[in-house]
Amino acid sequence: MTVLRRTLLSIAAMAWLAAGAMAQSANPEGIQIGLSTDVIRITTDFAGEDLTIFGSLENPDVLTARQSRYDVVVVLEGPARPVTVRRKDRILGIWINTLQEGFVGVPESYSIATTRMPQDITDPNSYRQLALGIDYLHVQPVDRERPETLAEFTAALRERKRASGLYSERIGGVQFLSTSLFRATLSLAPNVPIGTHKARAFLFKNGLFVKETSAQLAIVKSGFEQTLYRLSTDHGFFFGICAVVLAIVTGWLGRIIFKRD
Amino acid sequence: MGIYLPIAEMSVNILVLLAMGGAVGFLSGMFGVGGGFLITPLLIFYNIPPAIAVATGANQVIASSFSGALAHIKRGTLDFKLGTVLLLGGVAGSTLGILVFSWLRSLGQLDLIISLTYVVFLGTVGGLMLVESVNAIRRSRGGAPPALKKAGHHNWIHRMPLKMRFRASKLFVSVIPVLGLGAGIGLLSSIMGVGGGFIMVPALIYLLKVPTNVVVGTSLFQIIFVAAYTTIVHATTNQTVDIVLAFILMIGGVAGAQYGAKVGQRLKGEQLRALLGLLVLAVAVRLAFDLFLPPPNVYSLVPGL
Repeated sequence: MTVLRRTLLSIAAMAWLAAGAMAQSANPEGIQIGLSTDVIRITTDFAGEDLTIFGSLENPDVLTARQSRYDVVVVLEGPARPVTVRRKDRILGIWINTLQEGFVGVPESYSIATTRMPQDITDPNSYRQLALGIDYLHVQPVDRERPETLAEFTAALRERKRASGLYSERIGGVQFLSTSLFRATLSLAPNVPIGTHKARAFLFKNGLFVKETSAQLAIVKSGFEQTLYRLSTDHGFFFGICAVVLAIVTGWLGRIIFKRD
Repeated sequence: MGIYLPIAEMSVNILVLLAMGGAVGFLSGMFGVGGGFLITPLLIFYNIPPAIAVATGANQVIASSFSGALAHIKRGTLDFKLGTVLLLGGVAGSTLGILVFSWLRSLGQLDLIISLTYVVFLGTVGGLMLVESVNAIRRSRGGAPPALKKAGHHNWIHRMPLKMRFRASKLFVSVIPVLGLGAGIGLLSSIMGVGGGFIMVPALIYLLKVPTNVVVGTSLFQIIFVAAYTTIVHATTNQTVDIVLAFILMIGGVAGAQYGAKVGQRLKGEQLRALLGLLVLAVAVRLAFDLFLPPPNVYSLVPGL
């Protein structure tokens, strides 16, 4: 897998950084991230990528920074879509889907990068309140009538998403480059969903949540892929005819090129 | 080497797909089966969503069947007349099958029914073929003359009215069983999402007594049209044909089909039948394992509610 490094360098953040350095006041800390582009185009050779986001702290306290007591968590959350979790059980010796549970508002992808091990940044309670992290992000069950299986299916949902690579975690994926400037590296899976993604950054100081910021990122198909996709949805019958003609021509050419008799 | 599939919306390895297409194309050219019953499970195994695997598999089957059929036309081992009559029945059966498909879906457990149908049909067809052909091979090894078609020894199928002569197949038979066979296979095809070659080949050999070498070409001829029909229906109703995925599979498939047809030509009829029987049986056993063995993960995610 060729991993391209896509750099989303924030010009705005850099400009802000200069301003911030000049005005060392007692204002409360803040956090900024910026993306140099708000659109990522997926081309034919896309095979999953690393996404780099730059950001900076506002009014960092130099002493706290020197003691590495600032922590940053950066998340890239895919579009939310409904999903159904099914469970197979053995009936008459055959494994059959029996129980199922529907969820809405489930991010299709969720990529998280942290400065340190999550348990070293803050306590589970804060994560739960912020709905931050694969194990804490909020999923809404359609039907709350079976609380005993709900926990089981929610856990299965997170586990399956992790296994598919759509939910990923990078401990140490956020690195401070200076007192205030940081760089976050997140993974885009090969099957990253098309749509509007939300990049969010969370700042923690001495284990306490301070501030959050976010930016939008659209992931779209590039020209050729988009044209094919649009053709297939808008002109299905014509697309089908084209697919058949392509197959016939390929079969005929294949016969000429690879003829063995 | 990765390539992004615009309809499946995922990135896959192009070399894996070429190899997959090539292997299935080889078997397709050799046995006269479209390979749908192989390519679709292989694509699903490679994490392609099942709906896209079924529709795209049908698209790739057209290319390898067309390529294989051209080789058979040149050798004169394609019975156009027989193929056309089978096809007429097939179109009627497919149309009925699409209705049955949506009825089964409304009942739920469609996946289970498809799996069970696969196991039952592949298991029966594969098992019967293997037993018959192994017996034939043992007979010819034992020095006995190969069992020729005995004149006057006809089964019930040959006593039906509306007889028609199929020259290339050296056959004089009623059109009723031919149409019926085409319809039955068309019905199964649209439910199982395959061209039906693996049922067509043994049915032509054992029920209609068509010579094995003509069966392969004729089956391929018929599959081209059934697969084209399936592709267009899926593209129109479900938008699940990934043309990029299909094209990569086709390139592997057409190359493989030519080599396969060449190898198939060198084998004797009973050897060909034994190998196809073995292959069909192997797929059945593999699918049966999925039904009866504990799955690696009992949970699965399905988009939507």
